[in-house]
Amino acid sequence: MSSIHNTDLKSQLIADFQTLQLQLNGKSLLPINQLRSEAMNNFEKLGFPTIRHEEWKYSNVSALAKQNFNFQAGSDFSNKDLKEIHLPHLKGNVLYFINGVFHAELSHIESPGDYLKVVPFAEAQEQMPEVIDQYFARYADYKNDAFTALNTAMAKDGVVVHIADNKTLEEPVILRFIGDTRKEDVGSQVRNLIVVGKNAEVKIAEAYRTIGDNKYFINTVTEFVLFEDARADYYKVQNESDKTHHIGTTQVYQKDRSYFYAATVTVNGGFVRNNLNIVLDGEHIESHMYGLYVPTGKQHIDNHTLVDHRKPNCQSNELYKGILMDKSTGVFNGKIFVQQDAQKTNAYQNCRNVVTTDEATMNTKPQLEIWADDVKCSHGTTTGKLNDEAIFYMQSRGIPKKEAIRLQLLAFAEDVVSQIKIDSIKEYLEGLIVDKLGSLGK
Amino acid sequence: MLTISNLHARIEEKEILRGINFEVKPGEVHAIMGPNGSGKSTLASVLAGREDYEITNGTVDFNGKDLLDMSPEERAAEGIFLAFQYPVEIPGVTTVNFLKTAINEIRKYNGQESLDAAQFLKRMKEKAKLVKIDDTLLRRSLNEGFSGGEKKRNEIFQMAMLEPQLCILDETDSGLDIDALRVVAEGVNKLRDENRSFIVVTHYQRLLDYIVPDFVHVLYKGRIVKSGTKELALELEEKGYDWIKAEVDSLEVA
Ligand SMILES: Nc1ncnc2c1ncn2[C@@H]1O[C@H](COP(=O)(O)OP(=O)(O)O)[C@@H](O)[C@H]1O
Ligand SMILES: [Mg+2]
Repeated sequence: MSSIHNTDLKSQLIADFQTLQLQLNGKSLLPINQLRSEAMNNFEKLGFPTIRHEEWKYSNVSALAKQNFNFQAGSDFSNKDLKEIHLPHLKGNVLYFINGVFHAELSHIESPGDYLKVVPFAEAQEQMPEVIDQYFARYADYKNDAFTALNTAMAKDGVVVHIADNKTLEEPVILRFIGDTRKEDVGSQVRNLIVVGKNAEVKIAEAYRTIGDNKYFINTVTEFVLFEDARADYYKVQNESDKTHHIGTTQVYQKDRSYFYAATVTVNGGFVRNNLNIVLDGEHIESHMYGLYVPTGKQHIDNHTLVDHRKPNCQSNELYKGILMDKSTGVFNGKIFVQQDAQKTNAYQNCRNVVTTDEATMNTKPQLEIWADDVKCSHGTTTGKLNDEAIFYMQSRGIPKKEAIRLQLLAFAEDVVSQIKIDSIKEYLEGLIVDKLGSLGK
Repeated sequence: MLTISNLHARIEEKEILRGINFEVKPGEVHAIMGPNGSGKSTLASVLAGREDYEITNGTVDFNGKDLLDMSPEERAAEGIFLAFQYPVEIPGVTTVNFLKTAINEIRKYNGQESLDAAQFLKRMKEKAKLVKIDDTLLRRSLNEGFSGGEKKRNEIFQMAMLEPQLCILDETDSGLDIDALRVVAEGVNKLRDENRSFIVVTHYQRLLDYIVPDFVHVLYKGRIVKSGTKELALELEEKGYDWIKAEVDSLEVA
């Protein structure tokens, strides 16, 4: 499995998969490996989506599909490199993944073992086969979604995070995914499965970033299962290079009375597609989704969300906000399904954007499909320019225009950033956003 | 302090100021009156530096400097303050934080050190008392959801905080009941001193009962068509603007 293929990405991946299969040493009949073969077949059939595909209309992956990446790159990233990616005041259970591979020696777990289990995927198949059998690829759609199929087939690394029933984790779980492209073009596929037990509570962050100047392709799938009365906060935080393609799916499955609170903040990334899919399969469930994206240059950030209300008396609430600068592009597609059974559903969705130049564009598409009759649903999207009146008002009080713009946009972003309840992550984001908005105004 | 000479300004091909001349000396209070649409807010905005207007002729000298050459923030730092006719809502920025930023930017411009938290708080308490503004209001997003009266009071509070040299009040009285008007006027009067000047734009004479002007000018169709002392305001109150309009319009025809 050499790193250089002079072929398109799909052919490279098919060849890589065959090599992987040869290394299975007779384990190919294990259910998980059967699943992988099936997923690979699906990927072969589906191929990379084109812009003719409804879900990929504004996000063109044709450039990605022509490139090659080394998915086996590994990395000589070590302790001494940590200072390069220093995150001040970082506390809690911190797990490091370098180019998709879990690095136990960099990571540390603080919470007691009867509260939290973190098991690398490869070991989880032996240590907790019942969890893998029941929940791995149970809800993430490897049949119709090419990237999820690819990830299901190929992802060897990642972790299972298990929060025991009735336990409230004091310390957050922070997963840091570092793309180390200092040597070559790197590909990584990560798979995480997070199981939050009955009446358990946890705050989880996934923080993505890169170091180095070469190309990076990351295809990640995180599956969440929230049992009855479980509560989870989930923050996805992205600060990756302009040479990054990030395709990520977070698939959430919620049972009765569970509570899920997501914030997805994309500060940087050349081409980003986030899918957040939530299935509310119980009663009295709450799901909250916040998002913020602040692309500059030619960055492209696409957020697709899907909320599937299947049972009565649930509530979902969504607010995504974007600040689009320079020649950047953004996409928001928000689907809300209210199934026939899901009476007394409350579902709210709102997407608000500020476009700071004539060359930046935002495409928004709310999509509501409601089959129940007793529901409260509302949605709205706005895309506007900077508020010149407000800027002049601030200037007339002595605040320079640049600063006035920054204040206005920081306040706009704060609605989302303030939702984050892990201090180190929140501070980190605030710093990044302040820096990023610093480039605005003349 | 301020000398305006032959000032012409237009917006979208429409000439709104058509040769304004007047002078404000330190410590003076000038009232500018006139019918709706005569250009009062335009004059105030042009002095504060709003970019929508194109200056086609004339000069404005402020303490020996060319005012028209400065950005709005430079004007503010030089000591100009405009209390807006329609104060703008700034979601997510509290009055307190807004003013902290503003004061320290102005101090930076003038080569002074930033106020520390204690100094700022002291000034804030002092000035809040001056205009009887509630502390809880100042900790909310600036002007967001404020009543008309609260917005106007907040403008005067900001003025007090920034300690400007030339205060321009654009219809600060409109939308205020008599009690609120009195509070605002008292606040303004307490800020009067021999170095600070005021241009008070108003449609009605009412405000001038409380803020007594040294001079009164009538603006009509973009020109100052009459100037006088506070008696002129009383005359306008009694007779309305029609006689002035008639006078000017007959001259224009001729
Ligand atoms: N932004 C603008 N665009 C077009 N016309 C304007 C604008 N602002 C003011 N005007 C016009 O200029 C004239 C003077 O307006 P203004 O200065 O607001 O008068 P006043 O404050 O005396 O009532 C009015 O005829 C008004 O319609
Ligand atoms: Mg006006």
